[in-house]
Amino acid sequence: MTHVGLEHYLVVSALLFALGLLGVITRRNLLVMYMSLELMLNSANLALVSFSRFNDNLNGQVMVFFIITVAAAEVAVGLALIVALYRKRQSAHVEDLTSMKY
Amino acid sequence: MGLPDILFYVFAALTLLCGVLVVANPFGRNPITSAMFLVLTIISMAGLFVLLHAFFLAAVQVLVYAGAVMVLFLFVIMLLDLKEEERRKIKLTGLIAGLASVGAIVVIFVRSLLATNPGKGLAEPQKVGDTATLGKILFTNYLLPFEIVSILLLVAMVGVILLSKKDLK
Repeated sequence: MTHVGLEHYLVVSALLFALGLLGVITRRNLLVMYMSLELMLNSANLALVSFSRFNDNLNGQVMVFFIITVAAAEVAVGLALIVALYRKRQSAHVEDLTSMKY
Repeated sequence: MGLPDILFYVFAALTLLCGVLVVANPFGRNPITSAMFLVLTIISMAGLFVLLHAFFLAAVQVLVYAGAVMVLFLFVIMLLDLKEEERRKIKLTGLIAGLASVGAIVVIFVRSLLATNPGKGLAEPQKVGDTATLGKILFTNYLLPFEIVSILLLVAMVGVILLSKKDLK
């Protein structure tokens, strides 16, 4: 086995992104879809940190810091939306939520 | 192969395994198990961050993601009673479409990775990424985005409180 380099981290990041995408496409539960979305966001973070490390440049890490902050805000707002939606429709299943007006 | 390399393979395998279990859990379709495996994914990813000398980000990852965000997720899962949701089956057409598109994405990733070979021209990384340097950059070059993010958090907080009110007007 060779020395672990940038490519190894990028492969892990790509596979994780694909996993998250698979979850968003196949799962129909809104909350699990949201978790898969977080997985995709995290894979992007991993790619940014590894690029930052192997280019000796800290700007990537600053970017990841901002992404984590924005993701925390986004999760709070998204979950509040899901709860509000569940109160109205009694379901967190995307196939029950096809109409725009209720 | 030194210890960091072995640790990389351990953490990468753990991350991907737990990621699979988030998306497709063989033990049942309960969202709580998905959330728990997402916590494990995030923690093993923090291990990868440590291997990349991003110590501050590893700590933030565990504190913010595994701590705050996942607690929020678990609260909401337990708030919404999702027992009925577990029984539904995944549609075969959706599964096939999903696998096809994800396979295409993976092929694109691998091909571009092989074509460019991004790690080739790079020297062995120097020791960067300690918290003091990161903080210095954050408070000089990125001061304005930092302040804007704090406003974003305030806006998100107000929005969440408004959304969670009982009578949404």
